[in-house]
Amino acid sequence: MRLSLGTRLLAFTLTTAVATALATAGCTAKSADDDGAAAEPTGKVELSFWSWAPNIDKAVDAWNAANPNIHVTLSKQAGGGDIVTKLLTAAKAGNPPDLAQVEYQSLPTLVSNNVLADIAKQAAPVKDRFAEGIWQQVTLGTDAVYGIPQDSGPMMLYYRTDLFAKYGLTVPATWDEFAQTARTLRAKSPKQYLTTFSANDPGWFAGLAQQADASWWGVQGEAWKVTVNDAATKKVADYWGGLVREGAIDGQPMYTPAWNKALNDGTLLAWPSAIWAPGVLAGNAPDTKGKWAMAPMPQWTAGENRTGNWGGSSTGVTDASKNKAAAVRFAIWLNSDQAGTDILIRECAVYPAARDAQSSPLLQEPPEFFPGQRDFYAQAKAIADTAAGFTWGPNVNVAYDTYKDAFGKAITDKTPFPAAVDAMQTATVNDMRKNGFTVAE
Amino acid sequence: MRSPGTRGAAPRGVPYLFLAPAVLLFTLFLVVPVGYAVYLSFRKVQVKGLGLGRGARREVFTGLDNYRSALTDPDLWSGSLRVLAYGALLLPVMLGLALVFALLLDRPGTGLRRFARITIFLPYAVPAVIASLLWGFLYLPAVSPLNDLVSWLNRHGAGLPEPNLLGSGPVFYAVVNIALWGGVGFNMIVLFTALRAIPREIYESARLDGCSEWQIALRIKIPLLFPPLIMTTVFSLIATLQVFSEPMTLRPLTNSISSFWTPLMKIYRDAFARDDIYAAAASSVVIAAVTLVLSFGFLRLVQRQAFGQEQR
Repeated sequence: MRLSLGTRLLAFTLTTAVATALATAGCTAKSADDDGAAAEPTGKVELSFWSWAPNIDKAVDAWNAANPNIHVTLSKQAGGGDIVTKLLTAAKAGNPPDLAQVEYQSLPTLVSNNVLADIAKQAAPVKDRFAEGIWQQVTLGTDAVYGIPQDSGPMMLYYRTDLFAKYGLTVPATWDEFAQTARTLRAKSPKQYLTTFSANDPGWFAGLAQQADASWWGVQGEAWKVTVNDAATKKVADYWGGLVREGAIDGQPMYTPAWNKALNDGTLLAWPSAIWAPGVLAGNAPDTKGKWAMAPMPQWTAGENRTGNWGGSSTGVTDASKNKAAAVRFAIWLNSDQAGTDILIRECAVYPAARDAQSSPLLQEPPEFFPGQRDFYAQAKAIADTAAGFTWGPNVNVAYDTYKDAFGKAITDKTPFPAAVDAMQTATVNDMRKNGFTVAE
Repeated sequence: MRSPGTRGAAPRGVPYLFLAPAVLLFTLFLVVPVGYAVYLSFRKVQVKGLGLGRGARREVFTGLDNYRSALTDPDLWSGSLRVLAYGALLLPVMLGLALVFALLLDRPGTGLRRFARITIFLPYAVPAVIASLLWGFLYLPAVSPLNDLVSWLNRHGAGLPEPNLLGSGPVFYAVVNIALWGGVGFNMIVLFTALRAIPREIYESARLDGCSEWQIALRIKIPLLFPPLIMTTVFSLIATLQVFSEPMTLRPLTNSISSFWTPLMKIYRDAFARDDIYAAAASSVVIAAVTLVLSFGFLRLVQRQAFGQEQR
């Protein structure tokens, strides 16, 4: 009896499925009307803005007070990963916001889904306000511009000055020295590690690869060139894999309770991280205030000066927006006008992408957690200028997702890391081919 | 042809009117979403060239392609096998413990009955995500009290290896343990309630006939518990096939749990990490079908035994 009910239900479900299919097909066939970008808006304009930066509402309030004709309404979001899924869904449903904060690596996914508009015409004049490497991330290596850079995450090396002194370690200037330092520490104190390799943080690894001059995606005419497993990336993977395998560094993920404890109690002595690290350390390792210092990243070749970016975001304008011109004006003001960037620095704890803002008087004092390093931001600006450019592809999410699985497996199975990079390449290319992207051989 | 004086001659539409709210809600919140998922499972995205310009991305019909790739996906298979092993271990242990606890609590003369019942039931009230976080802290070597104990013993010359309960081997049992901790209480309460409903006279006459408590449990209570046992098994079976929260919550803590550790995790990954709702929809339909077959199959298998007397 139960079974027959089930069968009937199934039949019912299938008929409804067909009905729904027809209904939905009718709905989605409507496409967004063409843009009102051309003309300057007249009268009062309403803009909606999605962002997750803390206290960004203060910036929005300041704009609204100064621009009575362009009113921005903020909607706070959870974070960079969630916002992509929400934007894709909202755009599909036909009601995305006018503006959204978007991490650089998510731009191509959103552009490819027709969520973001090309704002090159209005945005091109502000190109010079940003470092070249940053600007490349919002153009995807094309002539288009898909967002105004907001913040960047130039990578640097953070280390415990007290413990380095205790074990007689010097700050490594090259990755060779870094490896040697790791080994020396293990010999002197078997309970401690110089750092850990995290299979949970693909953005971190991408930054390390950028420093070695890796290029994962590129545009070649009308085709994508995908080289996640290029020589530079394999070199980086092989280097870290060797250190993990010989036990010179730890292989446990970052951002876990265990990691917090290790940072706080000195089990981990160093962290190759980004400009925003002081905030993380203050939250996760509160007992270590004043014991950290920042130095440039170790280099692959002595005397070089390069780094990569871990994180960073931009403000994009959606294709469905009816007031693109006004939206771009707000995005430019927020991210490169002193009135906007001052609020970003002071209230949102953002390290601005705009060059002038990086030498703002507001950044004269070091972060509260680093009272000893007076020239913190002066050094940071010098490092930020050496950040390598990078082109993101339309399915960074797939590459990142595969990173976690492949490197996690390589660490637990003690297999070589370069094979994990190959797995990322295969998964990324397969996904692009499956979706019909033209991928160059 | 209605005769004028008939009582209860309500208009024909009335039953439908009463049914309407239920049917409407059922349709809106179950049939339509399920139908839409089925529809999506036959679709895919088709990109042209770089996929960057306007209209470079279309949704097209793809027939059974998504099903083909779901069924040939080694990740889905390895996850399914893991879940089968997980169920094969979890179900007997969980239901066995629940049964033993229920019988012990029902035994005359058991002390602290109320307290024991609440203590065993309480973990069920803890949401799976919270439970997994709690256990995650207990498992993580750097913060685990177990590891503290081992290193204390080692300082006294025990020479034990440092356990890593989130390592690639133990992590499977670690997840089973969380489900066990949370699941025993609920099943125990169901069985215990059923036990309390059995007329006491049966035990009394059994005792008069010289039955020991042990024999009463084995020969009388357990056979009478068959229907609730089957119900709890079906519920647990379905919950097992849908295991998600525990491994998902533990995943950031360890390298040993992949994004496709269980089938539902793979579906979540496809839909939200890889933006491929079409593949996710196809895998969902497959898993729903398997769950349906397994639950109905199990019911059919035991129906005669359990509910035979009711149908007669």
